[in-house]
Amino acid sequence: MRPTTEADLAEAIAAATAPLLVRGGGTRTIGQAVGDVLETGGLTGVALYEPGALTLVVRAGTPVAEVERVLAADRQRLAFEVPDLRGLLGREGVSTIGGVVAANASGPRRVQVGAARDALLGVRFVDGSGTVIKNGGRVMKNVTGYDLVKLLAGSRGTLGVLTEVSFKVQALPEAEATLVIGGLGDEAGLAALRRALGSPFDISGAARHSGQSLIRVEGMAGSVAYRLDRLRALVGGDVKVAEAAVSAALWRDVRDVALFHDKPGEVWRIVTLSTAAAEIAGRLAGEALWDCGGGLIWLRLDHGRGAEVAAAVAGRGHATRVRGDGGPVFPPEAPEVALLAAGLRAKFDPRGILNAGLMG
Amino acid sequence: MDMPEPDLGVIARKARIVARMRAALPVDAVIDAPEELRVYECDALTAYRCPPLAAVLPRTTAEVSAVLRIACEEGVPVVPRGSGTSLAGGAMPTADSVILGVARMNAVLETDYDNRFIRVQSGRTNLSVSGAVEAEGFFYAPDPSSQLACAIAGNIAMNSGGAHCLKYGVTTNNLLGVTLVKMDGTVLTLGGPWGEPAGLDLLGVVCGSEGQLGVVTEAWLRILPKPEGARPVLVGFDSNEVAGACVSDIIKAGILPVAIEFMDRPCIRATEAFAKAGYPDCEALLIIEVEGSEAEIAEQLTRIRQIALAHDPVEFREAADEDQAKRIWLGRKSAFGAMGQLGDYMCLDGTIPVSSLPHVLKRIGEMSVQFGLDVGNVFHAGDGNMHPLILFDANKPGDLEKCEAFGAEILKLCVEVGGCLTGEHGVGIEKRDLMSVQFDAADMEAQMRVKDVFDPKWLLNPAKVFPLGVSETRRAG
Ligand SMILES: Cc1cc2nc3c(=O)[nH]c(=O)nc-3n(C[C@H](O)[C@H](O)[C@H](O)COP(=O)(O)OP(=O)(O)OC[C@H]3O[C@@H](n4cnc5c(N)ncnc54)[C@H](O)[C@@H]3O)c2cc1C
Repeated sequence: MRPTTEADLAEAIAAATAPLLVRGGGTRTIGQAVGDVLETGGLTGVALYEPGALTLVVRAGTPVAEVERVLAADRQRLAFEVPDLRGLLGREGVSTIGGVVAANASGPRRVQVGAARDALLGVRFVDGSGTVIKNGGRVMKNVTGYDLVKLLAGSRGTLGVLTEVSFKVQALPEAEATLVIGGLGDEAGLAALRRALGSPFDISGAARHSGQSLIRVEGMAGSVAYRLDRLRALVGGDVKVAEAAVSAALWRDVRDVALFHDKPGEVWRIVTLSTAAAEIAGRLAGEALWDCGGGLIWLRLDHGRGAEVAAAVAGRGHATRVRGDGGPVFPPEAPEVALLAAGLRAKFDPRGILNAGLMG
Repeated sequence: MDMPEPDLGVIARKARIVARMRAALPVDAVIDAPEELRVYECDALTAYRCPPLAAVLPRTTAEVSAVLRIACEEGVPVVPRGSGTSLAGGAMPTADSVILGVARMNAVLETDYDNRFIRVQSGRTNLSVSGAVEAEGFFYAPDPSSQLACAIAGNIAMNSGGAHCLKYGVTTNNLLGVTLVKMDGTVLTLGGPWGEPAGLDLLGVVCGSEGQLGVVTEAWLRILPKPEGARPVLVGFDSNEVAGACVSDIIKAGILPVAIEFMDRPCIRATEAFAKAGYPDCEALLIIEVEGSEAEIAEQLTRIRQIALAHDPVEFREAADEDQAKRIWLGRKSAFGAMGQLGDYMCLDGTIPVSSLPHVLKRIGEMSVQFGLDVGNVFHAGDGNMHPLILFDANKPGDLEKCEAFGAEILKLCVEVGGCLTGEHGVGIEKRDLMSVQFDAADMEAQMRVKDVFDPKWLLNPAKVFPLGVSETRRAG
């Protein structure tokens, strides 16, 4: 099924008699859901774009590339840097903006501006009984009623099928540059990222891989130059500067986890505290890419080490298996939290037909 | 404004309910003397008052859990309360309800500068969270004007904003995790110091749920390093349209001021008479604040000046020193007080798309004539969050009703142009009956389902947010 209007989508869900597998472009789906494929790719188009108010309202099936093109024409962008996971997951297809929201997919700028959910102003979606629901809106500050916008972001199609999403967008900065720091071990290299993040220099990316720590600043040209200077003095190590397109390419690779493309094994996405990150990666002895100042570890391991990962992370965050077969994909939740999540799914999707069993 | 009829059965059982709570909590934690309950009869929406059945002031999460378990068993509604500064009546009780105040829970539990978070008990005031990390050069970003008094508990419940949220976001963008006690007494953790949730973003829906889903007892908050410096400029215009266009151009240019505040002529005049900040007598005034080192501030202000001058302002005033910076903020910070000198006022906080600013201000001016009530506008222009202050005379029969009717028309206008009823103060009882202007039945039903899951008996702050007619069958069950 590939409806082209919200009304048709609602009708399709209302009429469904078997489970539905909700799919945007299928470029970032993880976990196993089964059912008849319901594609959102037919719901396309920009509903509203007001550059002067930093607002974009767009239908959920619109390709991410199209959204980025529209914004770039006015020198704007989605602040949260949408990762392209096709290379990592070995997928093809056209990534949709609804899929981005459903996965709360967010890149390295998260340390500065938050995740997709933080830029998301409003949603329209169809719940499991075929009812159209809206929440939030198109304005930047809105506390009218409950914030279902946040609930839908990252719900991976299990509470409803998104049909329209609105964002607060961001103007492109005049300049960007990255400090590339070599000569530090992982522990010291992550500590350097923390020092930068604890400074007033407004870091927009803090990552580490392949023996190098990367610290990005963006903004007006003079300000970027000033902050680079100050940061250089702060972090130590053997420092080089990458500017403009060279810097952008470094962060595209971090964002898309390019390090693991074409390499075998499981890939885990571990959310933790920066101060625990070197130890966790060291203990599991895999190949690591640290993002978000170390608060996020992408870890490549041999297959079948799920139990060890869970043990290493326990009490210090959580781990999701984004690539590889066998064993659970999503981390377990505390029983009382799982109960609430199950309760919400039962309310929004009483027949249990939307991506059933995907998240638990 | 209606409130549901109190449950007389609950009121009749007051002695037993209080006794059970006294048995479970330290002696000084349960208050039931009528004269002591006065304090809890309203929040900052003082036009509406009702003393509660009792008030409890626990000191620990375990005590909160014990109180809620008893209330749940007894079928007593519970109204959570932080500092009682809600402008929406969110913390106003009903005669059959128990106020659960977290004011005594104000400890700092953990500070971690390496991972940049603080964990506090929820009764801690907003400003004292920043106070706790200030010496290390950090701060907690959301800064409601009430920050000296309001508690993190209330901030989370209302998803409060502040003058600096243009750059730093509102509460939900700075909240990492909470300890939450459900109405049945279950204690759970949502989120954690690492921020990102493992499954559904339940924290995201708890934030802004106005005390209807659970009682927040502890919170992990993101702390940020303090900027090197900050400086405001003041720009006066002789039309609202032009001021609005200037705001748009600054935003479009990619400059990210931490604040863009807007005042219109009635508000400028009132604050001048009151605070004598030396503002120009003009139609519209912007205060724009930027942050950074000296050189960064200069770089941004140069650009802002270019943009502003292109709009032919009546004045562009930079602060040469700390003292002048304070004077620029003085009028804005005294605006509410100044309007208060002119009479009683009601403060609205609808949000509109920035592009609708001139239209909305013009309509508000016309309505002001129609209703015969004066109104001044002061607001966060960068994000379209308006604060029209309607003046009325509480002692004049019918004036409050007239003011509320005027307010309702303004909020409907906000929704009509693509905005919303409330940008940061919350719905509470104040905007409850306007919810259907913004939401269809299905939209509200979806929200109420969330409450069904967290609080199936609808005992937690039940008479708020949703129009009474809409929530009636649930509250009765
Ligand atoms: C002069 C003035 C200026 C203001 N300026 C701003 C501003 O700039 N920005 C802004 O956003 N707001 C502003 N406000 C509104 C108000 O201060 C905020 O809504 C604030 O967050 C309320 O906090 P509180 O602790 O006083 O909460 P309360 O008034 O006690 O309660 C507010 C709501 O929170 C719920 N609640 C309280 N404690 C808990 C808990 N532990 N668990 C669950 N729910 C709970 C209550 O039931 C109620 O619904 C202002 C108010 C005043 C009086």
